[in-house]
Amino acid sequence: MQMLVDEILNKNTHALARSISAIEKGGEEKRKIIKEIYRHTGKAYVVGITGPPGVGKSTLVNSLTKVIRQCGLTVGIIAVDPTSPFSGGALLGDRIRMQEHLMDEGVFIRSMGTRGSMGGLARATKDTIKLLDAFGLDIVLVETVGVGQSELDIMYAVDSTVVTLAPGAGDTIQTLKAGIMEIADIFTVNKADLGGAQKVVQEVENMLELNHSKDWQIPVLMTTATELEGFEDLYKVINKHRNFLQENDLLQTKRRMGMRNEIIDIVLHTVKNRITSNWQEIEEYEELMLQVAERRCDTYDAADKILHKIVL
Amino acid sequence: MRKNTFRVLVAKPGLDGHDRGAKIVAKGLRDAGFEVIYTGLRNSPEQIVVAALQEDVDAIGLSILSGAHNRLCARIIALLKEKKISEIPVFLGGIIPHDDIASLKELGIEGVFGPGTTITEICTQIKTTLTAAGRYAVDIK
Repeated sequence: MQMLVDEILNKNTHALARSISAIEKGGEEKRKIIKEIYRHTGKAYVVGITGPPGVGKSTLVNSLTKVIRQCGLTVGIIAVDPTSPFSGGALLGDRIRMQEHLMDEGVFIRSMGTRGSMGGLARATKDTIKLLDAFGLDIVLVETVGVGQSELDIMYAVDSTVVTLAPGAGDTIQTLKAGIMEIADIFTVNKADLGGAQKVVQEVENMLELNHSKDWQIPVLMTTATELEGFEDLYKVINKHRNFLQENDLLQTKRRMGMRNEIIDIVLHTVKNRITSNWQEIEEYEELMLQVAERRCDTYDAADKILHKIVL
Repeated sequence: MRKNTFRVLVAKPGLDGHDRGAKIVAKGLRDAGFEVIYTGLRNSPEQIVVAALQEDVDAIGLSILSGAHNRLCARIIALLKEKKISEIPVFLGGIIPHDDIASLKELGIEGVFGPGTTITEICTQIKTTLTAAGRYAVDIK
């Protein structure tokens, strides 16, 4: 394992790719890799790209990567697509839009299925960010699955969140709803060459005017990913947000929030696994189920008993 | 969720634009529980091998209808060796003349699927190959 980790630190792409697979698979190997790699992390700046399906997230990631590479920085990309809840299979198609960077050694792209995770990312995404970070990539771009209104895991996993919208989806009320419209550090209205983009920008800006309390004025940009328009501005604004976080000591606070969230997530996952795998072995299980079935014990009391038995 | 998920790269090397077959196979593999990385049209052999490396795939599926299969497959097999990932089995589909199949297999192509092959046949052969090769262990060579 030490060898594998050393290989990652020596920028061996193959070792990095194999390690990501090990992370996805989970178990002891994952634990060992993270244990070795963790102290080498925290250097990369992580940017999340989220938004509804079909707004052009992958094409936008491709164009943004081009601008970042022109500035001489290296880029790691994690592109998440949904896994089928029926077959467990997935069709990961984000790379199609990113083919032009394939022969560039300063860009590493990895596609990832959600494998049962519901928050817009895969379980392995956060640990994969750590690997790309330790590998020495300067900027990590995380593209979520096409999200609805409440897949918000990305906000805890990254430093800056870019919410991407496109013209032609819903009216003003949609911009006022809770959820995805609240997590943006930066908005970009992509497909600006289509009619109606200016109206979307206006509606989002109107919504943002109602937020007085924030120190960071959330910018709303227009991009046309296929024409590479607006990306120098987008990258400038991302850097502006990065500076804002650093100058106000908010980056560490934000990352600490993310870590807290991640640890709680691991604890909950572990507890859940322990309960579901040991369920049948709990001594009083049969008796407890009987009591619940006969309405002598309610479901909350039964849950308390199991919690005590397993966790405490 | 399945404990071991096979990852397969489906790619179209060369210049033909006929991707209906590749898409149908990609969808079929997805429904059979594979994680399919589809890289679209007009990939160069170099791009395909880099994608296979970064995605750490268990198998590669190529779709070629241009007639350039001998040349493209030879290049891809050579590059896989160069990158030290030649253990990844390569399957080929499309319009491949019967007379070429033996030499392609000799070259290192694991299986050739012509018109009329069912999705089930493709899935079964990929799974059989991968299970026999023990592509479960994740240790670097």
